[in-house]
Amino acid sequence: MDDFNSETDSDYTSYWRDWFISSRGNEYFCEIDEDYLTDRFNLTGLNGEVQYYQYALDLVTDVFDLDCDDEMRETIEKSARHLYGLVHARYIVTTRGLAKMLEKYKKADFGKCPRVMCEAHPLLPMGQADNPNAKAVKLYCARCEDIYNPKSSRHSAIDGAYFGTSFHNIIFQVYPALIPAKSYDRYVPRVFGFKVHAPAALIRWQHAERDEMRRRLRKLEIESGFKDDEGDVEAEDSEEEEEEEEADPEVFENGEAQGGQVGPVA
Amino acid sequence: MSSSSGTPESWISSFCSLLGHEYFAEISEDFIEDDFNLTGLQAQVAMYKEALEMILDVEPEDDDDEEEEEEEDEGDESIEGEEGAIRQRAVERRHHRMASDLSIIESSAEMLYGLIHQRFICSRAGIQQMSEKYELAHFGVCPRTNCEQVRTLPVGLSDVPGEDTVKLFCPSCLDVYVPPNSRFQTVDGAFFGRTFGALFLLTFPDYDISKRGAEVLGGDRSSRNLPDSQRTDDEKINGFNAHNLAPGLGQGKVYEPRIYGFRVSERARSGPRMGWLRNRPVDLHELDEATLHAAEHPDESDDGAEVESDPRQAGRRRQNGGSPMDVEANGETYA
Repeated sequence: MDDFNSETDSDYTSYWRDWFISSRGNEYFCEIDEDYLTDRFNLTGLNGEVQYYQYALDLVTDVFDLDCDDEMRETIEKSARHLYGLVHARYIVTTRGLAKMLEKYKKADFGKCPRVMCEAHPLLPMGQADNPNAKAVKLYCARCEDIYNPKSSRHSAIDGAYFGTSFHNIIFQVYPALIPAKSYDRYVPRVFGFKVHAPAALIRWQHAERDEMRRRLRKLEIESGFKDDEGDVEAEDSEEEEEEEEADPEVFENGEAQGGQVGPVA
Repeated sequence: MSSSSGTPESWISSFCSLLGHEYFAEISEDFIEDDFNLTGLQAQVAMYKEALEMILDVEPEDDDDEEEEEEEDEGDESIEGEEGAIRQRAVERRHHRMASDLSIIESSAEMLYGLIHQRFICSRAGIQQMSEKYELAHFGVCPRTNCEQVRTLPVGLSDVPGEDTVKLFCPSCLDVYVPPNSRFQTVDGAFFGRTFGALFLLTFPDYDISKRGAEVLGGDRSSRNLPDSQRTDDEKINGFNAHNLAPGLGQGKVYEPRIYGFRVSERARSGPRMGWLRNRPVDLHELDEATLHAAEHPDESDDGAEVESDPRQAGRRRQNGGSPMDVEANGETYA
């Protein structure tokens, strides 16, 4: 934000969008096509949202030639960025926009999931609201289906409405091959190799939820998408899980096994 | 033995102030000097003795002097020769140390410190020191949006060095995350170990883990103390305070994918599949399997289940906050 003044003074007359997407902090944005921007239909309703709408649009489309003082120019500049963001939210759910964002997703331009078990799966930007100035941008991980705060403060200031609440879900409907395999991998809190009762009980409950969902989906003959799904074994579900959990390479495996045996005897 | 008292900065405090070592606690020299705490480490660390000396800031000459004294006590006859030999050895060793070995010893010392650290933070003094760091949000905050920036704890996914780097355990969603700053990607996870995270929650059950890291740093104590005191007689579920059992999970904290405001169906190929990971029962009593079992089978005289309903037992457990270690965190209140 601070350094844009110096750059815009020299550059604002040409290639505004190039400058915008390549400037620091705007790595999440893709470039909107000229055609899309100049089609008034795509901008329906934005003139009420953006101050100095026409000037801002001129600036974005590189036809801005108003002679004005610096203060005015800065206001227009700010409006232009806001306008670009709002159009961006609409553009990225179009075919071309999705394709551009897909390229960025493949390059992990939006960062990687901080959750250890997601093994650095690439993220997608999303908003929690479609109205501007409500919530900052968040990052969605398709593997754990959860949302995270951007690492860097320069990204956490971006308005979530510039990406919208739908884009990251639409992209997986348009490109179903991109849906990552879901995994059961999870962290189990332990003390000296032994599971802790309260979290372990919660984890058992969560796994029961998960198996119920899998059963529901199986009944409807819908693929659950878990990479470690065994398919049509129904009764063995719970046992399977237990094995899965015990199979971790544990230093304290013996201690744990003993703990399991002592329980029923006592 | 401790020659460090005079020097401005000990090896330990300089190690802990290095960039990327912000998560480490300063191990007390008493802990390191107790040989029992170092059991088995000799085999795991190259140049163990030299590394230990470096950590404790013991000069090699000092060490030799001691040996000398011991040997003097044993017998006086051959003292001349022995002394000469020892002195020569000391000179050799000092000379030795000045060579490239120093960097090997340095890395050995770091490894040894880390391994001792794994044990230290599970001890009474260590976990208390870590609780002070936790209070000040030294370990960062959870990146998950619905955890609302609660404070995290450093953990390892393995107790064996060299396997994985340090991770952050969020007590609010019971998951582990990669530290945001890449400088922590050189810190070995084994230096914190697998036990610390969960042991911390068991040791300090009265911490309000849903408190945001920023609030703690903001230091508005007045507003925070009130809910704390109200919560003191909160009920326990499976040994955890109910309000501390994964507060970042459950209804309202599970992300629901939507397209133009409509929820994506579970039946869709791209529908939600991972909700279970962030869910928890609306009524946490569902998790109290022992009590539920006792209610369902009243005639069975199972000791374990009846313990829960025994009021005396419950009272006794509450006294020390249910913690087997009963450590006071930073004086009277839990922040």
